[in-house]
Amino acid sequence: MDFAAIVVIQVLYAIASLALISLGLAIIFGMMRVINFAHGEFLMLGGYAVLLPVEAGVNLWLAMLVIAPVTVGLFGIVVERIIIRPLYGRIVETVLATWGLSLLMIGLASEIIGYYQAGAAPPLGTVQIGFYREGAYTFFVIGITAVIFVAVYLFLRRTRFGLIALGTMQNADMAAALGVNVNRVYAATFGLGAALSGLAGAIMAPIAGVVPIIGITYIAKAFITVIGGGTVFLAGTAAASVLFGTITQVVTFLSTSFGEVALLVVAVVLLHLLPEGITGRFLRRGL
Amino acid sequence: MRGKALGLWAAAIGALALAFGLPLFVETFFLVELTVYVVMAILALSLALVWGSAGILNFGQSAFFGLGGYAYTIAVMNMGDSTVPILIGIAVPAVFAVVTGYFLFYGRVSDIYLGTITLCVSLIFFNLINSSGAEYRIGIAPLGGNNGIPGVPPLNVPGNPERPLDFDEMYMLSMVVLVLVYLGLHWLLATRFGRVAVAIRENELRAELLGYDARLVKLAMFTIGAGIAGLSGVLFAAWGSFIGPTMFSIFFTAQIIIWIMVGGLGTLAGAVAGAVLIQWLTTWLGETKIADTNIVLGAIFVVFVLLVPRGIQPTIARWLAR
Repeated sequence: MDFAAIVVIQVLYAIASLALISLGLAIIFGMMRVINFAHGEFLMLGGYAVLLPVEAGVNLWLAMLVIAPVTVGLFGIVVERIIIRPLYGRIVETVLATWGLSLLMIGLASEIIGYYQAGAAPPLGTVQIGFYREGAYTFFVIGITAVIFVAVYLFLRRTRFGLIALGTMQNADMAAALGVNVNRVYAATFGLGAALSGLAGAIMAPIAGVVPIIGITYIAKAFITVIGGGTVFLAGTAAASVLFGTITQVVTFLSTSFGEVALLVVAVVLLHLLPEGITGRFLRRGL
Repeated sequence: MRGKALGLWAAAIGALALAFGLPLFVETFFLVELTVYVVMAILALSLALVWGSAGILNFGQSAFFGLGGYAYTIAVMNMGDSTVPILIGIAVPAVFAVVTGYFLFYGRVSDIYLGTITLCVSLIFFNLINSSGAEYRIGIAPLGGNNGIPGVPPLNVPGNPERPLDFDEMYMLSMVVLVLVYLGLHWLLATRFGRVAVAIRENELRAELLGYDARLVKLAMFTIGAGIAGLSGVLFAAWGSFIGPTMFSIFFTAQIIIWIMVGGLGTLAGAVAGAVLIQWLTTWLGETKIADTNIVLGAIFVVFVLLVPRGIQPTIARWLAR
């Protein structure tokens, strides 16, 4: 019984972490048709934006929930201006340019910070479940992921900026004709996606640690989740996270090293059956 | 125009004579270094075909390269003679390409989705090999996990494992393979099949409406490219007598893409030039430690995409044509 509870918690955690690390990528891809190949490095930057201030004595929660998203969000706005904007509508070139950015960021991080950055222990202690112990931080990750998804949904559906951004996504020319500054909307959207990536990287940092190449461990999972989800990016990312997270975790319980292989196989078969992702067929009218 | 064509032929013949005559003049050490450039040029040609000519956005060419290298290594360790293992090193990635390619092309996975999936395939191989510890063996060949497999047997004269190729012969063989692959791809692209592939790259819908099966053509190109990449992987493993999971790593994948981007997408000669240039640059940076390789390659990548999107070969060709 206790073991079953642990399994459920682990599966929920796998789903939540997948959804969390994919959300920033999903927003940028879903709203702007831009694949940010440097997404993993945005997560890395978010991680450092927690660890370095904490080392300097800043409160962990302040660094995680405020400093990291703001830093990476501002960085994203700069990146959008220099690299993304000249390449709008040219999806392949954007991928290549951001891939270059990803290498550049990895190089800079290993040059400036190096590989010996001290980590931060997961806060909140542990919870006893029968014979088992589970880090309370695990529950925090599951909870805050749900909160973030709801917040993003409400932000896009209920605020003025959200509606303008959604309108721009549907028809940029029409939005421009109605007096919307499309470039500014794109910049803000990219900044929002980057900020959420930074937040995700920050939340994962106490668990996964941060090294300059940490992004590589995230990027494949995030890509598969977003692409498996399809164009309706919020519902799609959530649905793909549930599917892939459950499968990865269950296979990992059975054999440690094949979880990711199972993830890939499922993703390839899924894309064979549903070339436009889960939301190409289901949940088409969501967000 | 005639004079220019004649000049190009003369330059090509001169370059070939220089390439093949080199062992007479230079030291063996230099030749050994040069061999890896030749091997990388072959790998570059494989992606130039798949991405440049057939328009398949393959971000996982390193998967076929590594698969070829590993297949050769495992086979030659078990068999002794290197003749059949070379063929296995070509066949395994080709068969793997048929299987994945079937899912991708017949599932109508296109563009960026294709790039992502192929990239993930190479990452999965990387993780899989990395986590396969010393206890995993195929026949007598240990997979070695993170550490790779040292002591890969060299190529030998067909049928005679007692007589391995020396460094000069290894260089010559790689050079011959490079020239043959280059000429072969030129020929392939001039055939009806090759031109259909280019037509599909230019406008897939139109080519299909004209009755060509884009899925089949793409699958064939993907497979040919995988076989060539596998062959270069074989040569690489035999050259360095070492193979490791870094052959699958995302950094290596990125390098192959940068070669093509720098040399010029859609050209064959440009791909070779790009591979040689960037390979030289990374070797030089590795030796002198002037700057982190990733910083330089990343900057080059961004600058080329933004400012020199055609790559150097077409840019120079246009400049010459003026």
